[in-house]
Amino acid sequence: MAVSEQADAAKVALWNNPRFRALLSQAVLIFAIVWMGYEIVTNTVSNLERQNIASGFGFLENTAGFGIIQTLVPYAEDSTYGRAFLVGLLNTLLVAFFGIIFATILGFIIGIARLSKNWVISRLAAVYVEVFRNTPLLLQIFFWYFAVLRAVPGPRESLSAFGLFFLNNRGLYMPAPVFSDNAYIILVAFIAGIFSAIALRWWAKQRQIRTGQQFPVFISSLGLIFGFPIIAFFAAGMPITLDQPELSGFNFKGGMTMIPEFASLLLALTIYTASFIAEIVRAGILAVSHGQSEAAHALGLRVNPTLRLVVIPQAMRVIIPPLTSQFLNLTKNSSLAVAIAYPDLVSVFAGTVLNQTGQAVEILLMTMGVYLIISIITSMFMNWYNARMSLVER
Amino acid sequence: MKSKIIPIAIGATLGLMATSASAATLDDVKAKGFIQCGVSQGLPGFSNPDDKGNWTGIDVDTCRGIAAAVFGDASKIKYTPLSAKERFTALQSGEIDVLSRNTTWTMTRDTALGLNFAGVNYYDGQGFMVRKSLGVDSALKLGGAAVCTNTGTTTELNVADYFRANKLEYKIVAFEKADEVVQAYDKGRCDVYTTDRSGLAAQRLKLEKPDEHMVLPEIISKEPLGPVVRQGDDQWFNIVKWVHNAMLNAEELGVTSANVDQMKSSDNPAIRRLLGVEGKFGSNLGLSNNWAYAIIKQVGNYGEIYERNVGPKTPLGLARGLNALWNNGGLQYAPPIR
Repeated sequence: MAVSEQADAAKVALWNNPRFRALLSQAVLIFAIVWMGYEIVTNTVSNLERQNIASGFGFLENTAGFGIIQTLVPYAEDSTYGRAFLVGLLNTLLVAFFGIIFATILGFIIGIARLSKNWVISRLAAVYVEVFRNTPLLLQIFFWYFAVLRAVPGPRESLSAFGLFFLNNRGLYMPAPVFSDNAYIILVAFIAGIFSAIALRWWAKQRQIRTGQQFPVFISSLGLIFGFPIIAFFAAGMPITLDQPELSGFNFKGGMTMIPEFASLLLALTIYTASFIAEIVRAGILAVSHGQSEAAHALGLRVNPTLRLVVIPQAMRVIIPPLTSQFLNLTKNSSLAVAIAYPDLVSVFAGTVLNQTGQAVEILLMTMGVYLIISIITSMFMNWYNARMSLVER
Repeated sequence: MKSKIIPIAIGATLGLMATSASAATLDDVKAKGFIQCGVSQGLPGFSNPDDKGNWTGIDVDTCRGIAAAVFGDASKIKYTPLSAKERFTALQSGEIDVLSRNTTWTMTRDTALGLNFAGVNYYDGQGFMVRKSLGVDSALKLGGAAVCTNTGTTTELNVADYFRANKLEYKIVAFEKADEVVQAYDKGRCDVYTTDRSGLAAQRLKLEKPDEHMVLPEIISKEPLGPVVRQGDDQWFNIVKWVHNAMLNAEELGVTSANVDQMKSSDNPAIRRLLGVEGKFGSNLGLSNNWAYAIIKQVGNYGEIYERNVGPKTPLGLARGLNALWNNGGLQYAPPIR
């Protein structure tokens, strides 16, 4: 049989060989795509040259000449466009990072609240979700921005707390820590605290397996993580002092500032994305069959441990993939910052720099590349986490 | 086969375009029957839709003048409202035929963006507006102030230069749209609103209580505003340039939209050349000989346009100042038609 089949295959012309055809068609497709890409690039370059429009990435070395209100790295008007790019990128990452953390926390609270047996709480959570999920994000950003500006007073009538924090329509002014030379000891103590907490957790788990006795890991870990740095702080002779904001002229000087643009953008992104996350969490919890919690109750577990040890770990498998898309959405939505003058990547780089250099092709490619990379890193992390949480089959 | 023909065709077209590029925009405009004019998203006095949705303003009248010269009909225009950020890309890509949007003529824009500035229809300078209650009478007392402005404009750079040169601290809050700048300034986010002084006069009208605000005396920059076209199309560049020059020459010669018909029989040779009674100045531009007559008849001379849109009798109330004709102490000076 096998021999005759081989003989048949040999007789078939190469052109009719399915394997050869499959390879050929794929090669043609790849060639067509590469050729199209090449044509697009060369065509663009020649068109730019023909219209005398500057091209290339040399502009990144030029002096920017404009100011930016919030900079996480040192930046002045005589810095380069490349530096302005970095400033915008870090501002985007800052708001995305805190937005993801707060939206996740708020989303979990609202999602669980919606399943509460307390009628008022579950209705309130439902109203929250429906209101914020069903209105456009841009309007919400404007709403929070102008609501925040209207609610808080001007610099000379600032609200003050303990003489350390000041709130006015220019921002929230906070004392800034000033680190002296041996402040690194505190960082070392903090890291040591984290490692000892991990070790404690491992030890407690081993002990529980051996003896069945439980150990209050959470409280002791908190004590380790924060206790070590506090002890180090006093042992090193208090190397951190506070730089307090003081009113001078138009406004406060010194300290740290949280600008209202950041606050309202973060607020809007958090509240909007949390409404989606709440629904995802609710769906995840409802997807865990009721028999699981009944079985847990039958084993004598109370409501909290049931939720923590039985329901949530199984719900996470359903929650994580859609949660990843929400994180990506939040990051990309942060580009709406341009509407309220928050200096994110789109506002600073794809806005001001683009307008001053006129190099739209390069700048938009860089900007899109950055969002692509941020999104891919986020997805990779979430995929790794998903794989860790997924059902281990035995 | 296919992959060979297309590059050859493209190459041939490019080769053709290199030789005949000078005629492209005028031919395109004539073929489609209207001019696509890039304007602002609403700046009273310069380009702003009125309550009936008609665009008015000094920049709009530049476009109407071009349409009158090309078609003999000032209404053959379509408007594209553009943000400061979008404007150059829209012109470079050919989405619009002319950009007439209070755009400052700078060296970078003239040399690195593939654009040409076709004249100056308004000489402006950047200023500061503050609340009267602030008690500030000079920009030099603005150290530490929060400053609201637009992104993607020369104002953002000028304010940085000014505060740096005078060693003053400041916080810049830059919005994409002018309406949001006004709103944020009105809500007290900033101490100062900075843009071109004509823009300050216009935007001040949008504030809740315009009387509580004042413009500081300092002018911190030169802002020559004018219409812009693409590089490499000299004929179209000439048309836009000479539409503006015709408006100036008309004012200098005393030709107005009201008397242009009588002026046609004037004995003054300069007027006769302007109105196409003598010479073939229109056909040298690729237009009909009564191109300037149509501009003046339908849009008016520069003085009329100024008084109608931004002059002392309008809400903006801007005196002629630098924008008076050269023989009245201003800078507006057009080369002669001869």
